[in-house]
Amino acid sequence: MKALCWQGVNELSVERVPDPVILNAQDAIVKVKASTTCGSDLHLLGGYIPAMRAGDVIGHEFIGEIVEVGPEVNRHKPGERVVVCSVIGCGRCWACRHDQWSLCENSNPSPGITDLMWGGTTAGIFGYSHAMGGFRGSHAEYVRVPFADYNAFTIPEGVFDLDALFASDAAPTGWMGAELGGVKPGDVVAVWGCGGVGQMAARAALLLGAERVIAIDRYPERLAMTARHVGCEVIDYTTTDVAAELRERTGGRGPDVCIEAVGMEADGTGVQRVYDGIKQRLRLEQDRPIAVREAIHACRKGGSIFVLGVFSGFVDKFPLGALMNKGLTLRGAQQHGQRYIPKLLDLMAKGDLKAAYLATHTMSLDDGPKGYDMFKHKRDGCVRAVFCPWA
Amino acid sequence: MKRLVAGAVALAAAGLGAAWWAASRRRMPGAAKDPLASSRWLGITINRPPGEVAPDGHLPEPLARVDAEVRMNSAPGDRGTEIYARPRMRGEDSRTALRTALRETKSLLETGDVLRSDEEIGTTRTTLPGKVLDMALGRASEGGRL
Ligand SMILES: NC(=O)c1ccc[n+]([C@@H]2O[C@H](COP(=O)([O-])OP(=O)(O)OC[C@H]3O[C@@H](n4cnc5c(N)ncnc54)[C@H](O)[C@@H]3O)[C@@H](O)[C@H]2O)c1
Ligand SMILES: [Zn+2]
Ligand SMILES: [Zn+2]
Repeated sequence: MKALCWQGVNELSVERVPDPVILNAQDAIVKVKASTTCGSDLHLLGGYIPAMRAGDVIGHEFIGEIVEVGPEVNRHKPGERVVVCSVIGCGRCWACRHDQWSLCENSNPSPGITDLMWGGTTAGIFGYSHAMGGFRGSHAEYVRVPFADYNAFTIPEGVFDLDALFASDAAPTGWMGAELGGVKPGDVVAVWGCGGVGQMAARAALLLGAERVIAIDRYPERLAMTARHVGCEVIDYTTTDVAAELRERTGGRGPDVCIEAVGMEADGTGVQRVYDGIKQRLRLEQDRPIAVREAIHACRKGGSIFVLGVFSGFVDKFPLGALMNKGLTLRGAQQHGQRYIPKLLDLMAKGDLKAAYLATHTMSLDDGPKGYDMFKHKRDGCVRAVFCPWA
Repeated sequence: MKRLVAGAVALAAAGLGAAWWAASRRRMPGAAKDPLASSRWLGITINRPPGEVAPDGHLPEPLARVDAEVRMNSAPGDRGTEIYARPRMRGEDSRTALRTALRETKSLLETGDVLRSDEEIGTTRTTLPGKVLDMALGRASEGGRL
């Protein structure tokens, strides 16, 4: 079959690879209908997640049709239209049972790497390096879905493909940031980053009752899209002092909940940008935490910050003093999608949550390298490139 | 030329990144070397009650096949069963084998299976950065803090 493969830092190509097969009795094979680029892939592409090998199939946010099930799959049958969670859970370990699916203890066949790096094993993720289990990604004609009863969700009739697609990763990630960030009715919420994830977080905050939501980015088309489709306020950080603006919009308090949806390759202005840029390029600092620092500084006393952006290692100049003295709560996680996907599909069916508009560029799988180039450099207003292997 | 230099920088960076990642995995910066490292019990918690983990005192597979001392007790709260084991033979190899047995035992009891990786039907090819990565990671994927 055809698949989009990582070949090296900033190098992708479409290759012929062997079809995936059922390896475990609880597996299913899904024929991929649509699979989208995600900001997390940019970290793989940039070489910031090192456990990648030339030839690895990437992609993790997808929908498709079940074409084969293993003998121990009970809840799905061939022919079903499904959305699959990007993070793989077993459904039965203590973490999965407590709805912390990205902490699953049985879904990563290479558990030692994250165990040693972070002091704990984390879940497998499709197409996300050998540290996350070495699973093939979804930018392919077919993909193997382990523990299919727990990771594939039947898409209700009436939910469009391109809405359901984002119920795989961007929408549950955003929802998790708002919910576990503790958004309550009446809160003011600030969201750093207006990519797919940030926009879904902003929408979730509104649906959870936030009084005001303010999203921050630099790209005018993303800011305009967020204002229009999410229905929130926006700030351009290249022309505005974000912290000062947030104080002025919140009676001097600062936002109650700050959601960071930018990640380890954050851009910035002034000295910070140069400092982190050089250190990261020399591998003296693994991650650039510019938006995290800003969020901690801007957050109201006693407020909370949720880190949705992916980080892999150590950061410099972390404002621990502000965190401690302002009594802040800081959390983060890879998404616990299985906890939210049924509810999100419901919201989509009712029309309360729309996501299809994020798919600014739909193309064939053969155009994968071009799609990533557009997405990475945010060319032509690209928010998400979506590959349709069979279109 | 510019491309070549950029390529070399990217390659070196990927190699360095991997090596650094691997170095940072061993212990926290500044942590003392553990004098008991080679004799500590390896502990794992299984989300099943002790009666299901070892019915009538019979150790579960594949743990039962490893030459190790084993003890277990119910975990605090609703967390299931804590199993502790340490190999009778010295050396990192027997500890690695025991780690794998503990993880597989847990997965079998909790899910009825041990998940296999797509790496078995590989799509990758050997490259220089890949070799650097292999060296840096060594047997890390079977290792861990466990
Ligand atoms: N936690 C999870 O499970 C999970 C899931 C999906 C994605 N992610 C992560 O979420 C992040 C965003 O993903 P995405 O798909 O939206 O990516 P994206 O690249 O489309 O969007 C990132 C946005 O952040 C903006 N940005 C950069 N620096 C900024 C700054 N200093 N302040 C404000 N905005 C800034 C960029 O302009 C861009 O629009 C990535 O790090 C990705 O890895 C995490
Ligand atoms: Zn993602
Ligand atoms: Zn699990």
